[in-house]
Amino acid sequence: MTHVLEARNLTRDYHIPGSLFKKAKTVHAVKGVSFSVDQGKTLAIVGESGCGKSTLARIVTMIDPATAGDMLIDGNKVDIAKERLTPEMRQKVQIVFQNPYGTLNPRKKIGEILTEPLIINTNMKADDRRDKAMAMLKKVGLEEKHYGRYPHMFSGGQRQRVAIARALMLNPRLLVLDEPVSALDLSVQAQVLNLLADLQDEFQLTYVFISHDLSVVRYIADDVMVMYYGEAVEYGSREEVFSDPKHNYTKTLFAATPRADVESIKARLARKNAA
Amino acid sequence: MSLFEIENLVVEFQTAAGPFRAVDGVSMKVNAGEVLAIVGESGSGKSVSMLAAMGLLPWTAKVTADKLLFNGIDLLGLSPSDRRKIVGKDIAMIFQEPVASLNPCFTVGFQIEEVLRIHLGLDKKARRARAIELFDLVGIPNPAERLGHFPHQMSGGQCQRVMIAIALSCNPKLLIADEPTTALDVTIQKQILDLLMRLQAEHGMGLIIITHNMGVVAETADRVIVQYKGRKIEEADVLSLFESPKSEYTRALLSALPDNATGDRLPTIAEFLSDDQIFAGAVR
Repeated sequence: MTHVLEARNLTRDYHIPGSLFKKAKTVHAVKGVSFSVDQGKTLAIVGESGCGKSTLARIVTMIDPATAGDMLIDGNKVDIAKERLTPEMRQKVQIVFQNPYGTLNPRKKIGEILTEPLIINTNMKADDRRDKAMAMLKKVGLEEKHYGRYPHMFSGGQRQRVAIARALMLNPRLLVLDEPVSALDLSVQAQVLNLLADLQDEFQLTYVFISHDLSVVRYIADDVMVMYYGEAVEYGSREEVFSDPKHNYTKTLFAATPRADVESIKARLARKNAA
Repeated sequence: MSLFEIENLVVEFQTAAGPFRAVDGVSMKVNAGEVLAIVGESGSGKSVSMLAAMGLLPWTAKVTADKLLFNGIDLLGLSPSDRRKIVGKDIAMIFQEPVASLNPCFTVGFQIEEVLRIHLGLDKKARRARAIELFDLVGIPNPAERLGHFPHQMSGGQCQRVMIAIALSCNPKLLIADEPTTALDVTIQKQILDLLMRLQAEHGMGLIIITHNMGVVAETADRVIVQYKGRKIEEADVLSLFESPKSEYTRALLSALPDNATGDRLPTIAEFLSDDQIFAGAVR
């Protein structure tokens, strides 16, 4: 069976041109990263800001080309630097961004936001587009009456549902989720995570889930990749990575994550009383 | 006598749709040397109640309280200029967005020395020496050189350290930290929380941490207040809150943590709690 997504030695450099006062320099944002994801599975990419995880998301979503290395989607090699992206390829990968306040056009109604990908990438008739958008609204837990409303009339969690619905309009194989719940409240976060799990079951979706929140990753991921300064320092199944982290950075990351269990609180209070 | 005492605080905003009650009868006490965490979701009024105590709300807000005492002084009865002598000096606040709360047009050195000049009246040399000392205290490397930098030249974690240094500059008796680590990476979050806890213990400050992150509560607080839609739902010491939460809402909030997930799906609050059920167990 071929992987839905396979990356071999993906590299991305950004060249910053020099000026009279500054030398030109090259930033290596992603340095030779390899991974693969199978259908219906979730790969979580973890790391702190500036580690290259969002750059990687842009490459996988075919927004930016990789500088070197191969990316295969459903076994087909994709290189947007060399050839134009076909609508068929475009439909296979979609993305949901972090900030639901910034990624929905405030001047467009929800219906227009949802049908726009269909207008661009398919020849569907207007009626069909509308029906599909209505059906998708229900799938993500919204109602048909929301079709004609504007984004500002929704809460953060509802907006993130709209963003997820928009990404699913083209029936993608692979969904890239770039910190989809980090801007949301705890209870809303739980709702959105449940929605993602439901949708994954229903459509056999494959997720690339980018996050810096290890508790969310431990809950949702099948495989985990930890990135540090553009390199994948740790890559393995969730159990492997969480029970036996190999790299020092992964250990630091685990140690830094706040614990909310009763034993940790007792230990902390004991330390405090002793001091 | 407690260091800081609020009784029946109500904050209302005048909006086009009539008055909106953001904080509805919240009471709390903080003693010197104590860490209180206020936890709640967005819209629970946790920031607004602290901004009201600081006197930082716009004129559209109507603040009333039976008691709003700091060190025995009634903050609501003070003239604005008298109040400013306390706020920023004895009560200091750290905000959520470190990069946005520093002025981009001035060096960080200027911004910290401004506080020292206004509140303590130090001369130029003493201000600079104190600023270097403070930067050193919060763990900024090369403090003397860093004073000449602008906020955009520093990372988010460094900017938050500058904010903490400014807040600590006059040795406050009470420090209010409004989501101090929400915008930061976990490794930086750990450093900042460790720093806050160390400074709190060393100076014996009262510390109020406002957060929506249960992990941060578990790692820092002595006592916890849970708020929802402007009302206080529960107040308990940290261990009993996590071990045996009294209200349904707190229980629901804790079970929504991915750490505590038992099945395939996370329990969500809306599924089994209405507002009435949440408020039924509310305390005053």
